[in-house]
Amino acid sequence: MFAQIEKLGAKAIQSFEELGRLTVFLYTVMLSVFSRPFGFSDLVKQIAFIGARSMPIILLSGLFTGMVLALQFYDVLARFGSVDLMGSAVSLSLIQELGPVMTALMIIARVGSATCAEIAIMRSEQQFDALTCMAISPYRYVMVPRFLAALISVPLLTAIFNLIGILGGYVVGVFIKGLSGTAYMQTIIDTVTWSDLKMSIVKSFIFAIVIIWISMGKGFFVHLEKGVSGAEAVGRVTTKAVVASAITMLFADYIASSFLI
Amino acid sequence: MPKKSERSSDTEVLIDVNHLSSAYGTRRVLNDINLSVNQGEILVIMGGSGSGKSTLLRNMLGLMKPSSGDILFDGMNICDATKSELLKLRRSMGVAFQGGALLSSLSVGDNIKLPLRQHTDLDENTISIMARLKLELMSLANFEDLMPSELSGGMLKRAGLARAVIMDPKILFFDEPSAGLDPVTSVELDQLILQLRTAMNMTIVVVTHELESAFTIADRIAVLFDGELVITGTVDEIKSCTDERVINLINRTPREVQIDAVKYLSRLTKGAD
Repeated sequence: MFAQIEKLGAKAIQSFEELGRLTVFLYTVMLSVFSRPFGFSDLVKQIAFIGARSMPIILLSGLFTGMVLALQFYDVLARFGSVDLMGSAVSLSLIQELGPVMTALMIIARVGSATCAEIAIMRSEQQFDALTCMAISPYRYVMVPRFLAALISVPLLTAIFNLIGILGGYVVGVFIKGLSGTAYMQTIIDTVTWSDLKMSIVKSFIFAIVIIWISMGKGFFVHLEKGVSGAEAVGRVTTKAVVASAITMLFADYIASSFLI
Repeated sequence: MPKKSERSSDTEVLIDVNHLSSAYGTRRVLNDINLSVNQGEILVIMGGSGSGKSTLLRNMLGLMKPSSGDILFDGMNICDATKSELLKLRRSMGVAFQGGALLSSLSVGDNIKLPLRQHTDLDENTISIMARLKLELMSLANFEDLMPSELSGGMLKRAGLARAVIMDPKILFFDEPSAGLDPVTSVELDQLILQLRTAMNMTIVVVTHELESAFTIADRIAVLFDGELVITGTVDEIKSCTDERVINLINRTPREVQIDAVKYLSRLTKGAD
């Protein structure tokens, strides 16, 4: 019994240590944004990786999410005789909630895992030590371009997800369920307000920070993983980064929603 | 073939390690090390696995803080140095890591150009010429556009070495140049280190556990054993050293493993009842 409590206590201390380490890491990355020279070409490369190359999965997942939403809402709204409201139901669900959350989940799966693994491998191959010895800050050179690229790309991808989702809803509503296309678009224009869009933008910024922070931080401290090293440690931190990013993102979603709704 | 230099005794000290102790958590790895690196010499830090060679190197590079003692680099204590002082200092150091530690996202050429791009205002043409010169010196002239993943172990080390010397540093640190290499490539790297000293008049600190390599390149050798500095001396002094630990290292005599039979059996049978 005592041993169990001791174990639990040790786990709690370890978790607080890690949280502290990651917080200092985020603070250092944010400070390094203002240090020079600024790696513009690295930023462009990372925007291409996080943003441009995520487009196919964002387009596909956005389209199918919108289509499924339309099917679901058609069924529910038909019971109340309000199928005309489908445009607004689909768009509000997407803009306020599903767009930012689904985009973030896709980014975690595609970018978060890759970023964490890449940084963890850089750590285990002494690439950060090499940068430090060349008087190049790993934070400025490696972390800042990824951080800024995520801040730029995730909100844009969210906007694209929302648009494609609404289009998917349109395809199902108008071409399959026979609703009026004009009515579908008009209800969107009538109901979606600036505060809905603001919620989407704010959430996507918060999610971008959460994803890139946890992915980079977990990879950066791979050498502190207890009991494992090398490829096994890289695999373990990558899995942890994906799980932690997803859970923290959903928690942040609840907090953001409770302030913004 | 480049030869080792004949050194005079009144040489200027570039690095002075004083009473250095270092630990990972509660485990002490280095204990009261006193060592100096003279200007223009090749100092080899030698010892078996776990003797503290790499920890000493990490301390000398300012990558970890010692538990006590200090390291003076050109008169400046790197243990108390501020971040900006360390940054300035590091521009006069070159470090070649065991596996090359090239950035995997950059080509070999871009890796070598990186320090110049980050720290100088040189135009791209000049940077390219300088990088090509260093690649030529390392016999990697045709590998500029390859990615690190396309290079062999020896090539990675040489590319890492090219990057380490691109800024013409005062001092070069080389971690395990021969580790994992075939004997021919290993000898080639040793010759390259000697060549670098002759061509660039560089002070070089090499960490290795390879005896042949150490005896080939070293002006002086420092032998570490279980975190303690056993001896520092010329190759001849090391060879004639009477300390049992040094003799065992030179003769490659394995450490005697003493097993307490009673303790061993009780550990084995623990929990078996």
